[in-house]
Amino acid sequence: MKILIIEDEPQMLENMQESLEREEYTVTAVSDYRTASERIGVYDYDCVLLDIGLPDGNGLELLKELKKLGKSEGVIIVSAKDSLDDRLEGLYLGADDYLSKPFHMAELHARVKAVLRRRYFEGNTRVEIGNVSIDPESRSVKIADAEINLNRKEYAILMYLITNKTRLVTKTALAEHVWGDHIDQADSFDFIYSQIKNLRKKLKKATINIEAVYGVGYKLDIL
Amino acid sequence: MKLLNYTSRYLAILLLPLITVWAVLFYYAMLDEIYDSLDDGLENQKLLMVERAAIDPSILLQDDPEFKKHVYNFTRIDKETYRNFKESYRDTLMFMLNEEDYEPVRIYESAVTFGNDYYKLKIITSMVEEDDLVQDLAIYIIALYLVLVASILLLNNFLLRRIWKPFYSLIAQLRSFKIEKNTSIETAPTNIEEFRILNNTVDKLIRKSTDSYVAQKQFIENASHELQTPLGISINKLELFLENNTLTENQLADIATVLENLGRLTRLNKSLLLLSKIENHQFNDEEKVDFNSLTKTIVSDFEDLAEHKKMKFTISSSGSLIYKMNEDLAIILLTNLIKNALVHGKRKHSVQIKITKNKWQISNLGKMKVIDEDTLFTRFRVSGNRNKSTGLGLAIAKAVANKYGIDIHYSFEGLHIFSLRFADVK
Repeated sequence: MKILIIEDEPQMLENMQESLEREEYTVTAVSDYRTASERIGVYDYDCVLLDIGLPDGNGLELLKELKKLGKSEGVIIVSAKDSLDDRLEGLYLGADDYLSKPFHMAELHARVKAVLRRRYFEGNTRVEIGNVSIDPESRSVKIADAEINLNRKEYAILMYLITNKTRLVTKTALAEHVWGDHIDQADSFDFIYSQIKNLRKKLKKATINIEAVYGVGYKLDIL
Repeated sequence: MKLLNYTSRYLAILLLPLITVWAVLFYYAMLDEIYDSLDDGLENQKLLMVERAAIDPSILLQDDPEFKKHVYNFTRIDKETYRNFKESYRDTLMFMLNEEDYEPVRIYESAVTFGNDYYKLKIITSMVEEDDLVQDLAIYIIALYLVLVASILLLNNFLLRRIWKPFYSLIAQLRSFKIEKNTSIETAPTNIEEFRILNNTVDKLIRKSTDSYVAQKQFIENASHELQTPLGISINKLELFLENNTLTENQLADIATVLENLGRLTRLNKSLLLLSKIENHQFNDEEKVDFNSLTKTIVSDFEDLAEHKKMKFTISSSGSLIYKMNEDLAIILLTNLIKNALVHGKRKHSVQIKITKNKWQISNLGKMKVIDEDTLFTRFRVSGNRNKSTGLGLAIAKAVANKYGIDIHYSFEGLHIFSLRFADVK
């Protein structure tokens, strides 16, 4: 899978590149409008991470260019502005998702994977991990062919951890992903623990394990 | 009391003794003048009598002490009396036929001599009726007073109002001035120096505060904006660091603390940006928001957190509350209030939400006692022992409420109660 990152902040770019490369994606990183425009014209990518606040142009113009070229790249807009107008315009222009800075790495992976999954399997492929099999379309979860019942939140936690498997997911990242932004100031994220506990109980027979990493977050391991 | 009426009142009070004193003085001066001219007339008549007596001595002989036939009377006196006689004027009463009453008359007594005969001469003339004079004067004075007060009022209300127009226009504008909305006030040109100074000073003052308000707003916005990227970089670097290294428990805990604080900083920053956006009117789309269903949705989002604190929500609605506003802001408003109740609420107690046609109210049993309403909605007001909140939640709620003219109010009646009053619900 080939990913193009267009981001003018060098350290931001470096972080994203490093993290995505670890997932074995082929990552190309560019930091200005002109180079990005050249790249898009010549190569095809599976996913483009697009910062719209570039020093020499608006990223939304690049998006228009992409669509004009008839390319089918999945585009995720990355922006420090978090403006509703930009978000709406980006999605209107054909972007697949909008990620506002600052974000968690786990969130970036989740978004990228979701875009890739939608593009190549039209969301209709089962996610298999250990003896667990999930159908993202119907949200049904099976452990060795026996279906288990997860509520909305438990399902979201499981999917997020699977997307970021073997990676340490911080409590903050998990809470923000599952409960949305407005859960932010809740007294710490202790209450996540009870959800995880329930989930663990339901996954007793599975060959995956949600490991708590002291004080920081959780990690999904395949036994 | 208004400035105009204030001066009018003082003038009216001052005029009353002034006119009274003036009336008394005027009365005596006039009376004095009347006596003077009457007495002159009487004396003149005496001279005429003397001249006439020389031609027609018969007038000396008449006996008319009651003044029935004439206005004069001669009485013979001896030489000794004549010598000691002193002229006098005095007032007395006489029955007047036309008035059918005793009226005052002035009597002039003098002594005259014709050859060797001596006579006492009395002449009378009708006097001014003092009681009538006083009465008339009083009526005219009262009338004058009333006319004066009326004209002062008229003058104040028409003339002074015009003169003070720049002043009233200024205070009218100042009263409705809102630094978030207006940028300047319009002052009418005036020839009055004091008003010109006032206008200029207020104008300068407002321009200065508007400038610093805008500068401050921009600073907050720019600062929070610029902070996003370095925050993102730091968080991501640490997340990568956590992935890459096998760390001891202590190291993990340290990094977790740093990450947690960076997270707080991020939330704080986002809240500040949100505040700026609300104040900069960046949420313009409006639609009819159904607060009943919105409340249900948001409450269900908080179920997990509530369950964790063993708390429960009870929603009672006795009317459907629909208000035209930006939906995102409506969500933010309710979320902040619900979250506030949940976070500050006592464990194992319930949070009550009441919805009526024009009122939305949330109440909870809190750990703290009464809170000072004045500082409650200000930025960075953080209650005692909590250090994880941004202190901006209620400030944001207030900013949203202000934008749409919703009255947000806190009260304490054993429970902490926050209520929203919607003014013109269609």
